[in-house]
Amino acid sequence: MANFLSTIQFSDPYFSVLLLLAIALVMSVGFVFLSQALGPKRYDRVKYSVYECGVDPFTPASVRVSVKFYLVALLFILFDLEAAFLYPWAVLYRELGLFGLVEMGIFILILLAGLIYAWKKGALEWQ
Amino acid sequence: MEPILFMLFGAIAVGGAIMVVTRKHPMASALYLILTLFSVAALFVLRQAHFLAAIQVIVYAGAIVVLFIFVIMLINVPENRLPVERATVMRLLGVIAAGLLILETALLARRFAMPAAPAADSGSVQAVGRALFTDYLLAFEITSVLLLAAVIGAITLAKKKI
Repeated sequence: MANFLSTIQFSDPYFSVLLLLAIALVMSVGFVFLSQALGPKRYDRVKYSVYECGVDPFTPASVRVSVKFYLVALLFILFDLEAAFLYPWAVLYRELGLFGLVEMGIFILILLAGLIYAWKKGALEWQ
Repeated sequence: MEPILFMLFGAIAVGGAIMVVTRKHPMASALYLILTLFSVAALFVLRQAHFLAAIQVIVYAGAIVVLFIFVIMLINVPENRLPVERATVMRLLGVIAAGLLILETALLARRFAMPAAPAADSGSVQAVGRALFTDYLLAFEITSVLLLAAVIGAITLAKKKI
């Protein structure tokens, strides 16, 4: 056990990530378990009905979501990928200098054409 | 420590993947998919692919699963109308075939030595950026054209009236 513990590098930046994961897991599982074990359970028909600001719900909760959300999500992924490519450039910004700026400029300009297209075609509007 | 973490996250990834294909409700499958993709990100970290791990969490566990969840909510099959899956001979044969494939892979993997651990910062953001802006510069620029095509394709497919 002592041998195993000595292999943990506490200075590793991922150690804190792992610690955060462990604490999040213990807390989320722990609170669900604790409320199951300790909480009083008094069943009541009204208590278990759907709560919608105190008014009886007049439509079922599971409505079909509009396809408009799908287009927004799809466009989000594409521009999210663009943002992902910005990280290595941003880290190397000083090292790459003007060359990197021009290359990234071309990259962003081509994608800007996509954004203008989406804008012109009304893909960003809610209609 | 690293072999233990590899086995831990590998087990979570495989367990999550099994849950993805066995859950009845597609929403539960999508949530288990996040678990699997996140564990794969942890495996990337263990192979020193730090940039890939971050992208795995941001793009796959984040954006792509969000898209999956949107599709599940768009189709929105009520719980009592989900297809009932029965155990058939074909399914049994499928499980046996999958088991044989795993066995075969395990036997083949024993013939090869463990690959050497990659250099400590070979997959860091700096290293990936350097490769991206030198050897793979053309591929990087063409990626923007690919993304542009995807933007136009998405709008054409999802919009009723262009």
